[in-house]
Amino acid sequence: MATSAKSASFTAVRKSVQMGDEAARLVTLVFAGGILLITLLVVAVLWDHSSLALNKFGFRFFTSQNWDPNSDEFGALPFVYGTLMTSFLALLIAVPLGVGAAIFLAELAPPKISSILTFLVELLAAVPSVIYGLLAIFTLVPFMRDTVEPALQSTLGFLPFFQGQIFGVGYLTAGVILAIMTFPFIISISREALLAVPREQREAALALGATQWESTFDIVLPNARLGIIGSIFLGLARALGETMAVTMVIGNDPSIKASLFAPGYTIAAVIANEFAEASGNLHLSALVALSFVLFLLTMVINGAARLMIMATSRKGA
Amino acid sequence: MKLICLGFAVTLTAMLASAQNITGAGATFPYPIYSQWFSEFKKTHGSVQINYQSLGSGAGIRQLEAGTVDFGASDKPMTDEEIGKQKVKPLHFPTVMGGVVPIYNLPGYSGDVKFSSQALAGIFLGTISKWNDPILLKDNPGLPDKNIVVVHRSDGSGTTFVFSDFLAKVSPEWKSKCGASASIKWPVGLGAKGSEGVTGLVKQTPFSVSYVELIFATQNKIGYGSVKNAAGNFIKADINSVSAAASGAAKSMPADYRVSIANAGGKDSYPISTFTWLLIPSTIADGNKKKALIEFLHWMLKDGQKMAGALGYAPLPPSVIAMVDKSIAQVQ
Repeated sequence: MATSAKSASFTAVRKSVQMGDEAARLVTLVFAGGILLITLLVVAVLWDHSSLALNKFGFRFFTSQNWDPNSDEFGALPFVYGTLMTSFLALLIAVPLGVGAAIFLAELAPPKISSILTFLVELLAAVPSVIYGLLAIFTLVPFMRDTVEPALQSTLGFLPFFQGQIFGVGYLTAGVILAIMTFPFIISISREALLAVPREQREAALALGATQWESTFDIVLPNARLGIIGSIFLGLARALGETMAVTMVIGNDPSIKASLFAPGYTIAAVIANEFAEASGNLHLSALVALSFVLFLLTMVINGAARLMIMATSRKGA
Repeated sequence: MKLICLGFAVTLTAMLASAQNITGAGATFPYPIYSQWFSEFKKTHGSVQINYQSLGSGAGIRQLEAGTVDFGASDKPMTDEEIGKQKVKPLHFPTVMGGVVPIYNLPGYSGDVKFSSQALAGIFLGTISKWNDPILLKDNPGLPDKNIVVVHRSDGSGTTFVFSDFLAKVSPEWKSKCGASASIKWPVGLGAKGSEGVTGLVKQTPFSVSYVELIFATQNKIGYGSVKNAAGNFIKADINSVSAAASGAAKSMPADYRVSIANAGGKDSYPISTFTWLLIPSTIADGNKKKALIEFLHWMLKDGQKMAGALGYAPLPPSVIAMVDKSIAQVQ
């Protein structure tokens, strides 16, 4: 009698636990569904509000270089070019520096120095972008105008990238400030990825007679590559969407020029600049269409990152 | 606790019931004086609380169209197309005036630069690319042999509208290539966001030139050049020369006040001057709101104008005040 009562209460408890599990499953499912819902909503709203411009211009919207709110002509190409170019320049500078710094912090630096530097890097990652923008206007722009860009012009001036009038603001300066901004992300996450590689791997390599550098470069780096690629794409995402700091130093001129010294424009910057005072419904719609383009751009890049990770992990396995 | 909550709720409802809340949105340029007006007006007319959001002229017009605000405000007169879209026809009431002034960074050059309208149009079209261009040298001997770096607003702005409206009036080439608008497809130059951004970039860039509102230049103690007016005199912008432009234009003022006073006649008129307008719906269904707004308009023309000068805005000339005062009766 006593035992059957005990087992009955036991099944009741089990049942309630199961019900709890079920409830937790449902609740978290709803939350996860929220992600899908938000994504779909974003796409739907962007699509809806950009249809006016996309219907009017069709594919020409993506290929035209003419952005003239006054005569209701809108083309996205200069902004797409500016966004990709500045992000590319940013990664070109930030990836070698960031990964290199991460290797030093994770593998080579004495623990004390490593922890101080890591703290500083995380501090840098948290600085709001408008502060970087101000920093850029007051120090980076004069430095680029008076020192870096004239030096580049006098040494590499035969290349079309380094020709033309020097303003101090432009693609290159925007790329540099973006590099400074993405740099802490790349260091911080790459360092975590490097530290996550098991100690035994390093010890085994060293025991087999590898030098410290061989162990880092041939064993630790390949093992940490997923995290490092992830850090680069996170940095890229920040660079693509960065608004305030870029608009302060890029010169905001919607045209495509070969020279990196020339002023340019990015998608995020033009939206921030023109949205509040857009001159009409078509102008507004064209700005929303630009944000749709930026959304697609990030989707494509994230997709490419997934494919890259999948391809390299299969090769690694 | 419950009692406190209840008490709070009761007071809140009482406050909401007694205060007449009116909301408006629009131009950023007159925001400093509007916010002072609305707070002063509340002191003397305790029950009327006017809230104003300085979102920009274009946003003000759109919010008025959407019906989310009771009135709008703009630095440029609404176009016929914009008025056609509104459910209730808005009326334009000029409130104060401002000017747009050329600013520049010329290391080693002392003295004010004099800009003829031909020189300004040429610089911003890119046809004048050096400071020692003969057109500039004629009025300013000794300008250096340096490239001009043009800086302009990158955000849509009433300031840009006023400036480009002036250039369109004085230069046929500007009119056909760029026109008059809050956002321009600029033939040359660097864009910067906001008056602060433009000023910052000019300060940072030797041999640059740009334009800002007169009030922004005076408040931030930025030197600026003089501009040649329609009568052929070089005029430096100040409250008097901007007001003179309105007097010059008052004779030909249209009944709906949708008028540009750029390049106005009169020997003392500053040529890049403008009104800024409140956009009030011609019919207001809510009797209390209508009464409060009409009361405010009368107050603004009488007491409000006296505060303009201290904040750097040019007050409306008496001839215009008399006209506007009569037009208030159009609000039904």
